[in-house]
Amino acid sequence: MLANLMAWIDARLPVTEAWNKHVGQYPAPKNFNFWYFFGSLAMLVLVNQILTGVWLTMSYEPSGDGAFASVEYIMRDVDYGWLLRYMHSTGASAFFIVVYLHMFRGLIYGSYQKPRELLWIFGMLIFLVLMAEAFMGYLLPWGNMSYWGAQVIISLFGAIPVIGDDLTTWIRGDYVISGATLNRFFALHVIALPLVLVVLVFLHILALHEVGSNNPDGTDIKKKKGTVPESEQSKFKFHKQYSDKYDIVDAIPFHPYYSVKDIVGVAGFLILFCWVMFFAPEGGGYFLEAPNFEPANGLKTPEHIVPVWYFGPFYTILRVIPDKLLGMVGMFAAIGMLFALPWFDRGTVKSFRFRSKLHFLNIAQFSICFIVLGVLGTLPASDLANLIGRIASLGYFGFFIALWFYSKEEKTKPVPERVTK
Amino acid sequence: MKKIIIALLTLLPTVAFAAGGGAKLDHANNDILDKESLRNGAQTFMNYCFGCHELQYQRYNRTFADLGIDEKEGAATLIYTDAKPGDHIKNTMPKKEAADWFGSTPPDLTLVTRYRGGADWVYTYLRSFYADSERPFGVNNVIFKDVGMPHVFQQLQGVQELTAEAKAMLQLPTTEQRPLTVDDLVLTQPGDLSPADYDILVRDLANFLEYTGEPGKTERHRIGYWVLGFLVIFFIFSYFLKKEYWRDVH
Amino acid sequence: MSNTPVNNGRRRFLTVATSVVGGVGVVGAAVPFIASWNPSAKAKAAGAPVEVNVSKIAEGQLVRAEYRGKPVYIVRRSKEILDNLGGFDDQLRDPQSAEPQQPEYAQNPYRSINPEFLVAEGVCTHLGCAPSYKKGDFAEQVEGVDYGFFCPCHGSKFDMAGRVFAGVPAPLNLVVPEHSFPTQDTLIIGIGKGEA
Repeated sequence: MLANLMAWIDARLPVTEAWNKHVGQYPAPKNFNFWYFFGSLAMLVLVNQILTGVWLTMSYEPSGDGAFASVEYIMRDVDYGWLLRYMHSTGASAFFIVVYLHMFRGLIYGSYQKPRELLWIFGMLIFLVLMAEAFMGYLLPWGNMSYWGAQVIISLFGAIPVIGDDLTTWIRGDYVISGATLNRFFALHVIALPLVLVVLVFLHILALHEVGSNNPDGTDIKKKKGTVPESEQSKFKFHKQYSDKYDIVDAIPFHPYYSVKDIVGVAGFLILFCWVMFFAPEGGGYFLEAPNFEPANGLKTPEHIVPVWYFGPFYTILRVIPDKLLGMVGMFAAIGMLFALPWFDRGTVKSFRFRSKLHFLNIAQFSICFIVLGVLGTLPASDLANLIGRIASLGYFGFFIALWFYSKEEKTKPVPERVTK
Repeated sequence: MKKIIIALLTLLPTVAFAAGGGAKLDHANNDILDKESLRNGAQTFMNYCFGCHELQYQRYNRTFADLGIDEKEGAATLIYTDAKPGDHIKNTMPKKEAADWFGSTPPDLTLVTRYRGGADWVYTYLRSFYADSERPFGVNNVIFKDVGMPHVFQQLQGVQELTAEAKAMLQLPTTEQRPLTVDDLVLTQPGDLSPADYDILVRDLANFLEYTGEPGKTERHRIGYWVLGFLVIFFIFSYFLKKEYWRDVH
Repeated sequence: MSNTPVNNGRRRFLTVATSVVGGVGVVGAAVPFIASWNPSAKAKAAGAPVEVNVSKIAEGQLVRAEYRGKPVYIVRRSKEILDNLGGFDDQLRDPQSAEPQQPEYAQNPYRSINPEFLVAEGVCTHLGCAPSYKKGDFAEQVEGVDYGFFCPCHGSKFDMAGRVFAGVPAPLNLVVPEHSFPTQDTLIIGIGKGEA
């Protein structure tokens, strides 16, 4: 009965085929480690954000007069509204945590290198859209930090020569941040950007499955057809799209092996996530900032206007450059550099495991600089903070420049033919 | 590298300062599970604060239910307007005129503990008034300088003044001054309540305002324990499932 | 879809057990989403019981109250109206109020607690129009009956106890909401007789 139904559907839509190709018979390297949890976790958080977002929209009022009160309405009057709201607000921070870790994974194992450049680009586009999504979503509670955060960031565009002022007015739809700005941000936040995000995630996964997953060794698990004796090949059945072209070694089907493994990751993640959500939803003032419990007030600036923590690194780069226009250029360049990472790295060895000491140190200093920039972004500006911020910004950009220089003739170790344990 | 680390270490005190909100606060040691304390706080709020401050996001009947107050009794003892039990806790003070009286409209207090720094801030603030003849209401406040609010509890608390040492400090050039703290105050005229009883009154009020900041907090914690317990069980099952399957691989 | 070499009992047990626990989790996670569709505290406050002072209503006069967004008709029925009520049962669809269109305490010939007052939702049971009160000129609709309600939308007719006449589109008597009289002059709509 069920088999007949599946046959009927398969004759009309290749469901079983797609399942086998992307899940049941997708060859995944068997040596994925801890760092490989964050892709599926990002997906989980995306689903959480979409579901809770849709439900919040049911009670939220996108207007300058009603937005703040409607959030309190959700927190108090709607059954379990507080839970939906905290799931969404905690989810926003969790999203960036898992995405940053996911990107870090790609960085250390060289997952952006040929042939995965487009995969990386799609990932970076997701990151970019995610930042826009978070920025616009942050205005919606219409708290005082929402208001002033948006005010500051939108003012950045005023630095653009000639059109700057008109552009900022156009973005706001008013001479200051107002209900008009709130409404357009709401529309983009709940419909436009999520649609783009979902399409990009789809393309990201499609591109991944076209070139196959990298792994901590950077070793290719797909060997030239006919070069590996039968006994050495993976004992599992893989979809013919992969097995017809290659001899596949050291691979296991994504399902059930990585699906059960990812479930463990999900359970572990949810323990941390729920712990924060139920017992510290403000995240120590970083996930929900105290000034945001006061309604937006155009006449009263919060003592320290700081962006949400996940914008910290880029905001610091903006702030430590003592010129408004160059600061903005610097901030966008910092994101642009990430896009171009596959071309800054001229090496052929992927994983840092088999690359030079210099590469390891370069990644280490980059990571430290990124964290330092992030911490500084949430602190008030001071001379000392600016000095440190400048040093860290140099480290950030220096990473890419240095990589370009040393990667061409880098002293690397031999990459093993087969993945290590 | 070393430079960065040294610089970071020097920055640490700044971080601690930023996290503390800038002012030293006393601990209210309040407990939102203590309904007796919450009921006292609610009564104090309605008697002393409600004339000027609202709880515009909080409903009477929700408050009654959460604090264990019978609705009829609550309506008789806590509703001072013609509001119905389902209404928000709003007063009838004209907003515009209030702004003229106090310099600004008295803020809504539903979320005061969430944007100020918790119940501790309210607790400290209400114990930090001191006589200052230069201010329109004759009082100033240590942690909220030049506040536009009179000391409504003066009758109960009595009059606090700055210590001689603190007064001398304020005469120094501004660059040599330090911020005032609660320790700079002495009680010069006792009020109707002993200092200990006054602290309890203020603690209960701060407790009530922490409750109004998030009336669902108790429920959040309660559900949280169940969810975490469940997730641990799920983690254990999923871990063994994974281990079982991965015997094929290893 | 299975792609595993072994499939022993232990594996099957763990798969089922994890699925069941996971399923419980999914159901649990669905609770806030489903529960959030219940009427909120705001809706409940707006739908709170309504108090009406009935002392000022004249004989034969209709007063409208609003309860949970619906109009509620309150009519002080004169002795003449009340006496007349039993006289045309054969023309009614449900003269004994057998259908549960009223609380149990109002399942009597007058469909009310206090015969003097009719309390009924002014919502036609056909398609929800508001029937108009025909004060003295209802005989144009039903011969020999001077008072009643006539729905302008599709011509449904109701008597002064909200009972529907036969041969019109409306299938049921008008709904009598939960109500009570805590004092002689006060009517509360939304709290039934004997409750709180």
